[in-house]
Amino acid sequence: MKWLSAFVMSVLLAAVGPARAETQLTFYYPIAVGGPLTKVIDGYARQFEQEHPGIKVNPIYAGNYDDARIKALAALKAGQSAPLSVLYSIDLYELIEQDVIVAWDDVATMAEDKAWLKAFYPALMMNGTYKGKTYGIPFQRSTIVLYWNKEAFKEAGLDPERPPANWTEMAQMASKLVKRDAAGNVTRWGVMVPSTGYPYWMFQAFARQNGQDLMSRDGNATNYAHPDVIAALQYWRDLGIKHKVMPEGTVEWGTLRQAFTEGKTAMMWHTTGNLTAVRDTAKFPFGVAMLPASKQRGSPTGGGNFYLFKKTTPEERKAALAFVKWMTEPARAADWSMATGYVAVRPDAYATPKLKEYAAGFPQAVVARDQFEFATPELSTFQTGRVRKLLDDAIQASLTGQKSPADALKAAQAESDKLLKPYR
Amino acid sequence: MKHVYGWLLLTPAAILLIGFTHYPAVATLIDSFFSTGTAVRPSRFVGVENYAALVDDPIFWQVLGNNVWFALGTIPTAIAIAMVMALWVDEKLPARALVRMAYFTPTVLPMIAVANLWLFFYTPQIGLFDRVGALVGSPSHNWLGDPGLVLPATMVMVVWKEAGFFMIFYLAALQSLPPELKEAARIEGASRWYFFRRVTFPLLMPTTLFVLVNATINSFKLVDHLFILTKGGPDNASSLLLYYIYQVAFSFFDTAYAATLTVVLLALLALLAVLQFLLIEKRVHYR
Repeated sequence: MKWLSAFVMSVLLAAVGPARAETQLTFYYPIAVGGPLTKVIDGYARQFEQEHPGIKVNPIYAGNYDDARIKALAALKAGQSAPLSVLYSIDLYELIEQDVIVAWDDVATMAEDKAWLKAFYPALMMNGTYKGKTYGIPFQRSTIVLYWNKEAFKEAGLDPERPPANWTEMAQMASKLVKRDAAGNVTRWGVMVPSTGYPYWMFQAFARQNGQDLMSRDGNATNYAHPDVIAALQYWRDLGIKHKVMPEGTVEWGTLRQAFTEGKTAMMWHTTGNLTAVRDTAKFPFGVAMLPASKQRGSPTGGGNFYLFKKTTPEERKAALAFVKWMTEPARAADWSMATGYVAVRPDAYATPKLKEYAAGFPQAVVARDQFEFATPELSTFQTGRVRKLLDDAIQASLTGQKSPADALKAAQAESDKLLKPYR
Repeated sequence: MKHVYGWLLLTPAAILLIGFTHYPAVATLIDSFFSTGTAVRPSRFVGVENYAALVDDPIFWQVLGNNVWFALGTIPTAIAIAMVMALWVDEKLPARALVRMAYFTPTVLPMIAVANLWLFFYTPQIGLFDRVGALVGSPSHNWLGDPGLVLPATMVMVVWKEAGFFMIFYLAALQSLPPELKEAARIEGASRWYFFRRVTFPLLMPTTLFVLVNATINSFKLVDHLFILTKGGPDNASSLLLYYIYQVAFSFFDTAYAATLTVVLLALLALLAVLQFLLIEKRVHYR
């Protein structure tokens, strides 16, 4: 009988022992299940587990950014939270207002951890900090860049190696690039800037290039009605209505990449997140450049950050910190950037031999990094959903010719003032 | 004892109905009288304030108007096409099963998949419609980017998707019609159109009522395509009531206002259903 009880004990120990020592690290990750990136993330999780016995990582793939936020917050309300989540960088104020996240500074207390917090591009930290504390660690981040079709440039008699550097040049070059058939119908447009899905994001680039940011750094005021902002929207609208180099009405975000790779537009503004896909499908040589300047260059950043939830045990926080630090190590940031086209989030990632070699063969990959110098944080305020939609509607109303840019933006500013007054 | 037995039999269904239909409806109604709570400012009773905000909300009136146009545009068309298709595949055709299946295929596809397909159909220049248009020399249209075209464009897609589903009901009804009627009509020398107008169509009325109720409800609850096609844009030109509720609840996090909008939607649907059954029921059966 003795051997039996010993056997039972050992089985029990084997079953219970590791489970007790193991910390479960569940995190929500905004991507549809089965997408190509789930494999990359799964691979990282397994590798991390091997290097850190005692921590078990469970990524939950939760759809797009909106879905991921809804699922994470719903789980939180139901009392079963994931300690960690990658969510939209601009959800910051919403998450603070709901009082569900903690600052990374409260967890990263060692000197080494504090240095880590300072290792990222400052441009990427602007959407993650509030009142001097860091709430979001940049992970899958992007900016807007200009893609141009070198073959079309050659055909139109332009230098294929020289993209437009400013607004005037872009309009002029674009009008040379427009191609019409015998009946006068356009078969190739000069430039397309998408205006569905994320119109505010594209517009931030125009506004920044004209010297204006659209919101205050505390997230409690917007700057929609400044004359230079109105002029920026006027320029965007003129590309379609006056210069006739872009289709009138809105340009669909989801199909723009195909329009470019099919040669239906010679230039497009799009996220760097599309870089790898364009490279794989374009049958012509293409270039990637910084967006053109008006008073200055400019582009907003975008994408997802790591957030740490408040309802967590000290062990979970420690495990989360270890995991996020591991995920943002220079070598991994470089690897992630090459796999996706997202920017590597820290300067030393670009110094790794692998990424250096990759950039030497594919210089388009580092344009986004060079543009960080002119970057502005993505539009994010308190009441961010409503405040953002006011701007989206104003942009679309103006591009479709229903309202003038001045009327549309002034009305949006008046509404946003009403919404944000309680936060000042 | 008999009562207990009856209630026991009802219990599973009752639990599901109460838990997932009646309780949420009542809770929504109650929520619509409270403000949206945050960690800093807890929810409090505000009376009809949310309803006052709704009356002042221009987007609410716009999406409601869109929804009415959407219903008027899709329901009669889908029903007419469904009826024609059913009459057609009820005849003796070569490869009848294949034709029936072809008409029914759009129904079995998920709406999200359909919308992803149609997104490319509608893409200016490279899309199916513009390519076909180009063959006859028509200029390119920005189908989804023009506020005047976007709502009709989504309607065409929904009719395409729905008509096959309604066809099935008509087909079933047609097959239950006694064949003697047709024979008698033929002997009497009635034309096909006369026979349809005076016999088939009236006999299909109960089915038409059923389809009408379903189509009306669908026109208010079917918004999946907006997530893919337009996100309600440009400038809310294609947004529908339920999609607006989604935006208010999950993008603006204004749960109280979303509850208010939901109450309006529920009331509207209840009213429509009651009207349809009370008014049309009286004249629907063939006498």
